[in-house]
Amino acid sequence: MFILVAGFAATDIWRFLGVYLGGKLSEDSDLLVLVRTMATALVAAVIGNLIVFPGGALAHTSLDLRIAAAALGFVGYLVSGKRMVVGIATAESLLLAGLYLNF
Amino acid sequence: MSTWTSDAAALRSTWFLRGVRAAFSLPGLILVSSFIGFAALAKDAGVTMAQAAFMTGTVWALPSMVVLVGAIGSGAALPAAMFAVTLSAIRLMPMVMALAPEMRTGKTRQCVLYLLAHFVAVTSWVLAMERLKRVPPPMRTTYYAGLGGTLVTTNVIVVTVVYAVADALPSAVSAALLMLTPMYFLTSLWGSARERAGHVAMVLGLVLGPVFHIVLPQIDLLVAGLIGGTVAYGLQLWRRKVRAA
Repeated sequence: MFILVAGFAATDIWRFLGVYLGGKLSEDSDLLVLVRTMATALVAAVIGNLIVFPGGALAHTSLDLRIAAAALGFVGYLVSGKRMVVGIATAESLLLAGLYLNF
Repeated sequence: MSTWTSDAAALRSTWFLRGVRAAFSLPGLILVSSFIGFAALAKDAGVTMAQAAFMTGTVWALPSMVVLVGAIGSGAALPAAMFAVTLSAIRLMPMVMALAPEMRTGKTRQCVLYLLAHFVAVTSWVLAMERLKRVPPPMRTTYYAGLGGTLVTTNVIVVTVVYAVADALPSAVSAALLMLTPMYFLTSLWGSARERAGHVAMVLGLVLGPVFHIVLPQIDLLVAGLIGGTVAYGLQLWRRKVRAA
């Protein structure tokens, strides 16, 4: 029930509104830009928390290792011309190498 | 153009299957890997297998699901959880707004579009925006139903299976799985930001999230989103004004 109200309803309302408004509101309108930046910052905050305050097995790794793996993975993503596979693979192999070397 | 017209004669089921096949692509594979990460995350937060699978099918937006799992894990009240999920899902609206006109023809029924809108999330959206151009307009809803339906079904199965075997994995593998979600978001979010303000907002959020997690643990995501987003938007307005002057 919790999932249905806080999850399903809270996401699909935007999808429905999107269909309804499709074509009526310009994609570049100022209000939409503000809404997009807020949503982006919120999801970025989720990412930051997942890296700085992780759970489970990832919590046993050092913060430096996690930040270094994520940052270098992101650099790899940018350098490779925004290829997600490169970014993810770089971060994962650095993390595993760091764990293996007990870093 | 000649292949295009011969394709247009193809059966509706053919286009459905072509949509299904589009799900088995590199972006689809990356999505599966991030749902593997989600299953590990959900289990870790104390969400049951049924809840995790149900969430995958009904919410179908990874960032919102991670926010929801976090809210359940920290014991947040329903209104607070709903508000955070609502805010995290706003970005779906402009995505649907951009996609719906691509699929709409004179004969498209409105309810079909509302139904298909549920499949919209980053991966299916990116794939659809790229490939719908090559699908004859009357077949686009069919194609997207095949694509979106396959992605949702596959990942519900993936979440269930990974949840079931997660305990048997060595800890280094679980750690690597938990790292998949942030890396997937980090790269896909940067790639989908349309204006520079989006990149600014992202950097601010990355820093503000952990800061407010310490200062205001109950509403950290909301505050980080509101402040980071407003500052990024303000900077964009200010730059525009400077450029105009």
